[in-house]
Amino acid sequence: MTTTIDIADLVKHYGRHRALNGLNLEVARGEVHGFLGPNGSGKTTTIRVLLGMLRSDSGAVRLFGDDPWSNAVELHRRLAYVPGDVNLWPNLTGGQAIDLIGRMRGGIDAARRAELLRRFDLDPTKKARTYSKGNRQKVALVAALSSAAELLILDEPTSGLDPLMESVFQDCIRQVKAEGRTVLLSSHIMAEVEALCDRVSIIRLGRTVQTGTLAEIRHLTRTSITAHTMRPVTGIAEATGVHDYAADGDRVDFDVETENLDEIMSTLSTFGIRSLVSSPPSLEELFLRQYGDELADLNGDTAKTEAVK
Amino acid sequence: MTRQRAFAGTANLVRFILRRDRVRIPIWILALVGFTTSFLPSLPDLYPDEASRQARASIMEGPAGLAMTGPGYGLDDYTVGAMVGQEFFGYSAIIIAIMSLLLTIRHTRAEEETGRAELVRAAVIGRHAPLAAAVIVVVSLNLVIALILGLLMPAALPELSTTSSMLYGFAGAAVGVVFAAIGAVAAQLTFSARGAVGIGMAVLGFAYGARALGDASGTFFSWLSPIGWAQQTRFFVDDRWWPLLMATGVAALLLAGALALSRRRDVGAGIFSPRVGAADASRTLSGPIGLAWRLQRGTFIAWSAGLAIFGAMYGSIIPEIETFIEGNEFVSQSHAMMGSDPVESFMGIVVMLLATVSGGYVLQSALRMRSEETAMRAEPILSGSVARWRYVSGHLLVAVIGGPVVALVGIGVMAAVAAGVSGGASLMGDVFAAAAAYIPALWVLTGLVVALFGLLPKLVHLVWIVLAYGIVIGMLGAFLSLPDWTVNLSPFAHVPQWPNESLNPAPLLVMTMVAVGLIIIGMFGFRRRDLA
Repeated sequence: MTTTIDIADLVKHYGRHRALNGLNLEVARGEVHGFLGPNGSGKTTTIRVLLGMLRSDSGAVRLFGDDPWSNAVELHRRLAYVPGDVNLWPNLTGGQAIDLIGRMRGGIDAARRAELLRRFDLDPTKKARTYSKGNRQKVALVAALSSAAELLILDEPTSGLDPLMESVFQDCIRQVKAEGRTVLLSSHIMAEVEALCDRVSIIRLGRTVQTGTLAEIRHLTRTSITAHTMRPVTGIAEATGVHDYAADGDRVDFDVETENLDEIMSTLSTFGIRSLVSSPPSLEELFLRQYGDELADLNGDTAKTEAVK
Repeated sequence: MTRQRAFAGTANLVRFILRRDRVRIPIWILALVGFTTSFLPSLPDLYPDEASRQARASIMEGPAGLAMTGPGYGLDDYTVGAMVGQEFFGYSAIIIAIMSLLLTIRHTRAEEETGRAELVRAAVIGRHAPLAAAVIVVVSLNLVIALILGLLMPAALPELSTTSSMLYGFAGAAVGVVFAAIGAVAAQLTFSARGAVGIGMAVLGFAYGARALGDASGTFFSWLSPIGWAQQTRFFVDDRWWPLLMATGVAALLLAGALALSRRRDVGAGIFSPRVGAADASRTLSGPIGLAWRLQRGTFIAWSAGLAIFGAMYGSIIPEIETFIEGNEFVSQSHAMMGSDPVESFMGIVVMLLATVSGGYVLQSALRMRSEETAMRAEPILSGSVARWRYVSGHLLVAVIGGPVVALVGIGVMAAVAAGVSGGASLMGDVFAAAAAYIPALWVLTGLVVALFGLLPKLVHLVWIVLAYGIVIGMLGAFLSLPDWTVNLSPFAHVPQWPNESLNPAPLLVMTMVAVGLIIIGMFGFRRRDLA
């Protein structure tokens, strides 16, 4: 079995609200898989179905090839989970919570626990009620990372961490990956996803809209070009696949879709290129483009939405 | 910060509280007014003449009756009004006190604990505004209930004068105001709302206990209790208003204290600051059962201690009952005719009281399975290798074993103290058997919680109504001669009542089976439903 998570056409309702609407997600063994989507798009619902806490209305959900609703107890031995909103028992200390969570999963590696406490700079003797959001997140992270689980399910695990801790987290995930373990990482921090993930799934309104390696997803989008030419450029602004064109003297700025890149570069070279900067789209730009029509809807700009469609 | 600024925004917060509690507040009003007025019209039929009322008075005037209800003014001329004042007020006062405590803490400490208070305080809201708004709402609510009672009681029972009814209503409000103030102080002390409610309930226990001790023994102890002050107004007998001034004064002092405390602390913090603890979990803290025990052992110890104190208090007045019986020919004769020993009867009532009250512990501990879930703290457990039934079984065991233990501790202390002060321990065995007979009823309560938790989790808190109903029926059922079917709705009604009834095992077996059935249904339901 090389597929750790396999979700097909998952549907989940909350009353009349359709939280998941035919979602697909495939995570291969040993990969770090980024799970992206705007707030309320269904990431946490998907994860809670995957953990057997919510029952799916329809669709197939397989975790390690098994049904997470009916076999949650056995499957949970093989995974560790960090929730997006870490809620701890106010009168237990952080250290007690780490041990408790670890033991309920079937044991904890004491050496690794001590090492992680040191690296995350977490005081395990403080009562959970006195921890900040970031420190509660560290408790959940230490509990998850000090296990030997095959799969880590992390729901926005670093939203409360400072940049120093963010880099500790990234080191830890690289180590997990080097050990051949699998990670499902839901995140809003694009730099983190770009740094860690092999593959990415983007969801929107309870449905998967894109999935693939970062390179594959980039391929579907545009490259930004800035060039200085010997003669003024003509004929590119109107060409197919060119967007956001701006010319200023001998300088042009535009974005071009990947499939038109070759053709446009040939045209551009006829004007005598003196300097050229091309940059691949950042994940952030991808993400913003993906939700561009949603933003347009929110702004009441229906005409633009129609045009995009 | 000037004084005025410290209260800025109070009016807005008052409106906000009224909006948030637009269902809760009318329910409290309905419950309190309904509790008093619905029983009133039946009294003239139950006690039609002076002879029947005096017969009732002769039962009430012993230390046992006084300890249960109140100081006993007007027992020598037991009018319907005196009857209402003596036998209803004590129970109403407890409900009013609980209402005032819970509402005050809900809008002060609970808001800080969840962090919502921070959002509010960041607006143009003075330091004292949230506390002031909560107290204003709760005090007004108490006054409204007092006025409604003052107007409706004469309507429900024309023998009651409006003036006396108003005094009765405002005496209740005085108890409510004092407990709102106690809630305001408690909210400054602890970090958690649960802790603040615990402090308030301990004070309420003290208030009830001091009054019971003082009334039964005719000593000054009644004057240490807010409930005692209210009863000292002698409503429907002498109608004196001045004891209410004491209550108002004490409430004002307490509120001033609460404000002083709140000036000394940070938003979100209590006066008692949390300590550091162990860096590692002990061996027992390794699964849902260990966790449930760890989370609930404080509650368990507090309840056991509370009921032990009550047991000791009731046990200590046994000699007074013996003396009273010896000096009262009428009572000793009537008891001789009924064929039961008055000391045994009294102990039977205390067994029932302590056993039903420990139902409060049972519900509190069983309901943790739901409150932990809605606080999203079931998630870290169930994301471990833990089955749904094991999650439930943690809190279930704490209720199923802890409830009977709490009841037996209180009742055992009562029996031991009684044996100590009046010599002879011959009743110990009977008392324990009588107490043990209540265990299946406590299990039925637990079963109801689990069944609702599994099938209708949003309604699970309605079990409090079942318990409140059981306590009211147990205390007032005989007095009010209610029809059998209404009595039988209470799980406690099926428990054989020592010393009047023999210990029949059949209903106990049936109740145990019902409890097991409810628990199994609830487990199945929880296994099939989504987590909150």
